[in-house]
Amino acid sequence: MAASTSTDTNVEVLRRMMLIRAFDSLLPDLYTRGLIRGSSHAAIGQEAVAVGACAALAADDYITSTHRGHGHTIAKGGDVNRMMAELMGREDGYCRGKGGSMHIADFSIGMLGANGIVGGGFGIAAGAALSARLRKSGQVALCFFGDGAINQSSFHGVANLAGIWKLPLILLCEDNRFAMSGRAEQMIAGGDPVKRAQAYGFPGVSVDGMDVLAVRAAVAEARVRALAGDGPTLVVAACYRFQGHFSGDTQSYRSKEEMAPWLERDPIPAFRSRLLAEGGLTEAEADALEEEVATSIAEALEFAQASPWPEAAEAWEDVDG
Amino acid sequence: MAMPERNVVEAINNALTEEMERDPRVMLLGLDVGRLGGVFRTTSGLIEKYGASRVVDTPLAEASIIGASLGLAVSGMVPVAEIQFLGFTAQAFHQIGPQLGKYRHRSRGRYHAQVTIRAPFGGGIRSPEFHSDAVEAQFVQSPGIKVVMPSNPYDAKGMLLEAIRDPDPVLFCEPDRLYRLYRMEVPDGDYTVPFGKAVVAREGKDVTLVAWSAAVELCQRAAAKLAEEDIEASIVDLRTLVPLDVETLVNAVAATGRCVIVHEAPLSAGFGAEVAATLAEEAFYDLDAPIARVASWDIPFPPASMEHWYLPSVDRVVEAAKRTAAA
Ligand SMILES: Cc1ncc(C[n+]2csc(CCOP(=O)(O)OP(=O)(O)O)c2C)c(N)n1
Ligand SMILES: [Mg+2]
Repeated sequence: MAASTSTDTNVEVLRRMMLIRAFDSLLPDLYTRGLIRGSSHAAIGQEAVAVGACAALAADDYITSTHRGHGHTIAKGGDVNRMMAELMGREDGYCRGKGGSMHIADFSIGMLGANGIVGGGFGIAAGAALSARLRKSGQVALCFFGDGAINQSSFHGVANLAGIWKLPLILLCEDNRFAMSGRAEQMIAGGDPVKRAQAYGFPGVSVDGMDVLAVRAAVAEARVRALAGDGPTLVVAACYRFQGHFSGDTQSYRSKEEMAPWLERDPIPAFRSRLLAEGGLTEAEADALEEEVATSIAEALEFAQASPWPEAAEAWEDVDG
Repeated sequence: MAMPERNVVEAINNALTEEMERDPRVMLLGLDVGRLGGVFRTTSGLIEKYGASRVVDTPLAEASIIGASLGLAVSGMVPVAEIQFLGFTAQAFHQIGPQLGKYRHRSRGRYHAQVTIRAPFGGGIRSPEFHSDAVEAQFVQSPGIKVVMPSNPYDAKGMLLEAIRDPDPVLFCEPDRLYRLYRMEVPDGDYTVPFGKAVVAREGKDVTLVAWSAAVELCQRAAAKLAEEDIEASIVDLRTLVPLDVETLVNAVAATGRCVIVHEAPLSAGFGAEVAATLAEEAFYDLDAPIARVASWDIPFPPASMEHWYLPSVDRVVEAAKRTAAA
């Protein structure tokens, strides 16, 4: 049974999507102003996948994240203040400024870590799922990964062992059609990645990754299976990366015409309109939500900038116990 | 006619172009090498010239890229594989050291694997761990792999051509910090820079700095600063770690009797340890001071905000050189 989470309400689902959008939208500006350094990857356009998936999880369920992970952390209930501080390399960041964008982790919300290595999360998620079963804790693990990562050998190794051990694991493929410049349709043998589940003896489910409630429903079902002891599910969420892979990406590998229909399906205005139409939200409430999110982000910026830099000598700490 | 000037990216692109033109067996494979032209644009324009069957965009699967390169090589092709960042070779390590490196020896010389692996690496461009890690010494511990570390555009072209033509596997490490730092004369047309030939990149009588790859550029800046204080440093650019040019190294260190080794990898068991051990064995009686090492610290590569502090700096090299020269 899914424990109650604060994403029980659709308004909270919308708010988290908006928060992810606002957080990641800030990155280019922060980069230009020299406030963050090094690379980070925005999940703009993919918010419905992160939020839909996490909305179906219990607060103590595990997730593993990727190089494009800010959205996953926010969706799981992460603190944008500490995230922003981490991006800026400050002492109050999730990893005290030592992890950066691609290594944010917060075990208190079940977030076991973003990962700079594509495919780095599969094993971690499988281990956490096995542990949950051994401890009879009633948790599941959900592994976020991309259409690129599904070609790493680590996917296949873990899919196999999750299959034979019937692990309480949800393999959530964010199929945004690209791995940097590599097109999914050219890189994935068999065409549709969802077919890969069949080879390992568990269900594969395709879902519209631009529809947050559809994602939530698919993951909720996978979670029920996992907890019933019926094993893993591969959920493939079709979505689209609205921006370049990295700042300065010329995106020569895709055309405006190709992007247009996806941009039109922006999951946030779509969900907002839907709530408005169905009466779950008023215009005034929606505007207030926008403002609330803007305030959260402004506060996060302030918090991060007020946070001290770590002392250089701290770099020697924590290499071992 | 003036000689063309090229930066490291252009020198590499030029070498690949000329070699693909010269030898139809040569082909490229890796993530984003085709349509995108590589994340650093080193393979820009090549898919347009040579087509998608010779410039192959691969799936995101490093082990398969290297494994397939081995298969290509033992069946008549000459693959040049790109691993997007040297740290990602971890995903393919089994295919490099244990497989690629052992083919010749395991077959008692009957077979060999003509594979080049190109990989950008190194800090100073604010990329995170894995991207920046200087893990070259890991491959030195894999007999059968040549480890090649050009430090400038001229060497980059000449050593890449040498690498592609080498009958055995070569790991060609590209100093990403230097990719576009400056241009120098790099001729059109064929030339190679042989492996196992270190070069004295700067003459100086007081102390010998030993480096490779981007650390050579760092040593040049440190030497300029030392010169202001009347300390003349010589610089040995090892160019290749495997094979190692012991003779040039020993002669250059013997000439000053003082040695500072500079590298970007963490200190412990970095290749500097091998250099120091070699000097202890071969140049002990010529040394007038303890050998010093300036390296990165023995910790994981830190985030961008701390990398200037983690990596060897001009100040740290100058300080070590002064201490060594005065000892
Ligand atoms: C092992 C490894 N190889 C290459 C990279 C460089 N890289 C970072 S993200 C990326 C593309 C990943 O594609 P996908 O899994 O589809 O995720 P997306 O970026 O689309 O979210 C690549 C090649 C890496 N970080 N790790
Ligand atoms: Mg993708």
